[in-house]
Amino acid sequence: MDKLLLGRYIPGHSWIHQLDPRTKLMASFYYIGIVFLANNWQTYLMMFVATLFMIWLSGIRIGFFLRGVRPLIWLILFTVALQVLFVRGGMVYWHWGWLWITKLGLINGAFIFVRFVLIIFMSTLLTLTTQPLSLADAVESLLKPLRVIRVPVTELALVLQIALRFVPTLMDQTTKIMNAQRARGVDFGEGNIFQQMKAVVPLLIPLFVSSFTTADELATAMEARGYQGGDDRTKYRILRYHQRDWIAAAGMAVLTGLLLLLRAY
Amino acid sequence: MSFTYQAGTPFAGDGIKDVSGTIHDGSYTAIIGHTGSGKSTILQHLNALLKPTSGTVTIGDKVITNETNNKNLKPLRQKVGMVFQFAENQLFEQTVAKDIAFGPQNFGVSEKDALALADKMVAMVGLPHDVLEKSPFDLSGGQMRRVAIAGVLAMQPEVLVLDEPTAGLDPAGRHEMMTMFERLHREQGQTIVLVTHQMDDVADYADTVWVMAEGRLIKTGTPREIFSDPAWLKANQLGLPKTAQMAQQLIAKGFHFDPRPLTETELADQLLPQIGGGQHG
Repeated sequence: MDKLLLGRYIPGHSWIHQLDPRTKLMASFYYIGIVFLANNWQTYLMMFVATLFMIWLSGIRIGFFLRGVRPLIWLILFTVALQVLFVRGGMVYWHWGWLWITKLGLINGAFIFVRFVLIIFMSTLLTLTTQPLSLADAVESLLKPLRVIRVPVTELALVLQIALRFVPTLMDQTTKIMNAQRARGVDFGEGNIFQQMKAVVPLLIPLFVSSFTTADELATAMEARGYQGGDDRTKYRILRYHQRDWIAAAGMAVLTGLLLLLRAY
Repeated sequence: MSFTYQAGTPFAGDGIKDVSGTIHDGSYTAIIGHTGSGKSTILQHLNALLKPTSGTVTIGDKVITNETNNKNLKPLRQKVGMVFQFAENQLFEQTVAKDIAFGPQNFGVSEKDALALADKMVAMVGLPHDVLEKSPFDLSGGQMRRVAIAGVLAMQPEVLVLDEPTAGLDPAGRHEMMTMFERLHREQGQTIVLVTHQMDDVADYADTVWVMAEGRLIKTGTPREIFSDPAWLKANQLGLPKTAQMAQQLIAKGFHFDPRPLTETELADQLLPQIGGGQHG
């Protein structure tokens, strides 16, 4: 359970950490968008260097980012293999039935690989340097315009915040219940698929029960303190853009310009 | 032995450091210490839910090290029954009887024998016979706790490990539970390891005390030895049992105690002659 990296914030005071979460969220999405503009080795190299620079700015060891790639490695290799084996063009190195390994295929495969890695690095950078609750705040703030068309933005944000808030609680609870059932002789992750499915029951039922209890208690606690939803609630954490956010935006703009300049048409 | 949480990440935190000690067969050992001192971490080593980062844990003839395989730990887990904090959270079956029988069945007891054990254990933890067919989720919190404890007792462990088994129970329920464990210890020679914040329980029931602070085992001894130094206890954010507190206040008023009383009976026996009650008998 401790190995879950997604959504795992690493405290720090780096330049990236101090960016407004809205900036980070928008910049990450934007960056993932412009990765698709890259289409030759110059542009990929530039994006790669830019990503490494941002990682360096965050002050987090590269190992954490590599660990983010690991769970997706099979998906990546599968996609790369498809590219390598099915794309035809340029010099032919090997060929058997429908399968071809060609120069274009290899280049495409390499590009896809780098693209995957860049996207994963960037989203890992976002989650490693931003607290989940700040992200929820950012989502709420960015969605605000949708209130015009009656989207219950504050309620959605509350649901998101509560869900994020209880991820660690649920993980703790899961560990505790797993331990208790292990102590009663349950083997998790052993035996055939049916045995494993059976082993999950003593874990899931107590987990459901305690989640409902927790939800109920939380609702009571919120009502006891006079919680009222709605758009007029003020916030303790107020999001403000600072100079560095504009610098980040400018950085993204420069990157886009260079990409447009260097990419092959 | 030592244990480090999340070793190799920036979140690495020492659970326990260089703890070395022996819990004897048939003893009643209490582990006390400030919150976060590593008590619960030690407990989880006792049936290999955690494995030491360095050093070894020996339970009976089984040695657990960092390299121990996760398989084949079942016999060990049957030997060491573990009642966790808020044990009622582990209940999941449709009926109380099935839930209590769940543990023994995992260790190879037949369904029939396991249900017979459930029948016996329900009585032992002081619940009426008719709860057996009820859903555990229809019971009160205190009753659920008892069912969970019965579920661990039904495994018939050689060592019973209790992590604050009475937290959140009312005083009567607490007393009943502790008396039940005491009876198991006295009558059946059950080895018990108890983690608690209740110094009264330590004084009343334990024969050995481990004091933990910041992940280290800083003192072991009998309750009398441990509670003989109030200043040291206070420095380690621990208190005295109520009886010892009272004795201390009486000493300040000129009374004499030798040895310092730990239980109510001892206190009364020593106090009686001093207030002149002795002559009247």
